[in-house]
Amino acid sequence: MFFALFESSRAAFMSIFAHGLRSFLTTLGIVIGVASVIAVVSITQGMSVFIGDTFSSLGSNSLTIESYTPLEDQMKGIRARLTPDDLDIIERRIDGIASITPILYANRASQVRYGSQTAFSQIFGTTHAFQDVSQSYMKFGRFIAASDNDTRRRIVIIGDKVRENLSLPENPVNEFVEIGGEWLKIVGLLEPKGEIMGFSQDDMVLMPFSTMQSIQGNQARTDIQIQLSLTEQANIETVSQQLTSILRNAHGLDNEEDDDFTIQTSEQLMETFDTIISMVTIVVGGIVSISLLVGGIGIMNIMLVSVTERTREIGICKAIGAKRHHILMQFLIEALLLSLLGGLIGLAIGYGLGSLIASSIPGFPPAAIPLWSVVLALGFSGFVGVLFGILPAAKAANLDPIDALRYE
Amino acid sequence: MALIELKGITKYYEMGNQVVRALDGIDITVLRNDYLAFIGSSGSGKSTMLNILGCLDKPTTGQYHLNGKNVETLNQNELSEIRNLEIGFIFQSFNLLPRSTALSNVMQPLIYRNVPYAQRKKLALEALERVGLGDRTDHLPNQLSGGQRQRVAIARALVTQPSILLADEPTGNLDSKTTVEIMALFDALHKEGQTLIVVTHEDEIAQHCHRVVEMKDGRIASDSARASTTEVNR
Repeated sequence: MFFALFESSRAAFMSIFAHGLRSFLTTLGIVIGVASVIAVVSITQGMSVFIGDTFSSLGSNSLTIESYTPLEDQMKGIRARLTPDDLDIIERRIDGIASITPILYANRASQVRYGSQTAFSQIFGTTHAFQDVSQSYMKFGRFIAASDNDTRRRIVIIGDKVRENLSLPENPVNEFVEIGGEWLKIVGLLEPKGEIMGFSQDDMVLMPFSTMQSIQGNQARTDIQIQLSLTEQANIETVSQQLTSILRNAHGLDNEEDDDFTIQTSEQLMETFDTIISMVTIVVGGIVSISLLVGGIGIMNIMLVSVTERTREIGICKAIGAKRHHILMQFLIEALLLSLLGGLIGLAIGYGLGSLIASSIPGFPPAAIPLWSVVLALGFSGFVGVLFGILPAAKAANLDPIDALRYE
Repeated sequence: MALIELKGITKYYEMGNQVVRALDGIDITVLRNDYLAFIGSSGSGKSTMLNILGCLDKPTTGQYHLNGKNVETLNQNELSEIRNLEIGFIFQSFNLLPRSTALSNVMQPLIYRNVPYAQRKKLALEALERVGLGDRTDHLPNQLSGGQRQRVAIARALVTQPSILLADEPTGNLDSKTTVEIMALFDALHKEGQTLIVVTHEDEIAQHCHRVVEMKDGRIASDSARASTTEVNR
């Protein structure tokens, strides 16, 4: 058995290399199929690995609470809100909070001006605790202090991207910028964090929470976001249950009403990202695996041609003693080798392509190929080879020696 | 004991509504070391005869004993094995594998016997040496002359040490000088004890053989052995 396998492989190899160009063109379908699968997988996996790393650095025990208004209510003009009072209640009544911080986004045009330069940015008010929650470090100057909030001090902390956009000096501390008609002094510049998937992490302007409230004035009732991180001992499940009941109570919701807020853990966020990425992987993978199928049909086609072309040779081999399985094996192994070869070439090209794409998009995470995708790609192309090799090989093996010998 | 024994062999082909009787009741016995020629015009059934003798085809009815084995009941795979063990084929158009060297061609039948590579090579070289091609082992068939190709084919037939050599118009594609050489080789093989069966329509070839069987319309028209020696032997 092993002997026959070895001899068949040798014959298959010889035949593949005897028709170098044709073999290459035959296997091109598989090459392209596997290359696209691997390229897609390597990019999305790179993304997933990167997002995983990013979130684990955020810490798995942080929570974000946001107001939530169902679309139906939005159309009726009803708006759910989270207020600073909610923040107070949470701070007072929940155990296990390491730090808690409100975030108040500017609800008018988020424009910043410095001299003649204007830039749009993410502007929000928060407290000193945000530094812990977001793990921000200073490049120059200082972060928001507790006293800044007490005195509604007119100061801002800016990200490096904003500094660039506004053509501020390398160290912008003590410069003044204008936001919503108010002049604020820059007291700190954040350490640059780079980009996630093309989104700058450094395009932000922070100010004390109370300052933001006063700039906004009373034209809108405030709707804040609350970020909190828990102590090591706290159980995230228990805390989010407590939060839910406290907030429902505070908002006066009765049993039939749904929550008018959402609590998101960073783990949930990560799961959401993972779900999106695996959906993308599956959908795109499904589409490109069709090309593998097409590649398999290409192999079958050429193998059938090859059987016809070599009918006489098959007749000769049968006349001098080849049994059915000798012929069957030779053609099956030839199809298998062709598709595996295509799979290997496709693997290399796909990885190269993935790395190229990943590196040519700025801020994109590097491509990563998990082992399972290599095994899957090779396994699938081998499977395709066998599947589409069976028909031609059986056709060859079943040839009648006399007819085959007479074939011109 | 007879090497080949055919009893009441028939071979019918259906062509539309018509039944063609390619072989119509053949009884023949071939002894070890016979040197036999089948002659006859085209359509006389000699090619069908060769296919049946060579176990490439099965008779419609009749019995075929080859070297003590009952052949007509065997399936395709078993016939392959018989061909590999008992029969050496030599064809008019040589039928070498075009992409394999002379040596690989000669080694090929031994693959189906699971002979390891080194021994295969040794046996094939001996066979090539035997037919006088010891120096052209690495040539592809298209780099060889017709006579050399036929020698490779003969080497391939000999390498398995078959009980019979079956030659189908072995010199049909060769010039007269090469024909003489090939026939001399056949004569020599016969002297060594090889059993040979040659199908031909050329009288010069048939004259080399010690026994000539003429076929006509699927039957044996005359058998030189039946006329003289065989009758006496019986």
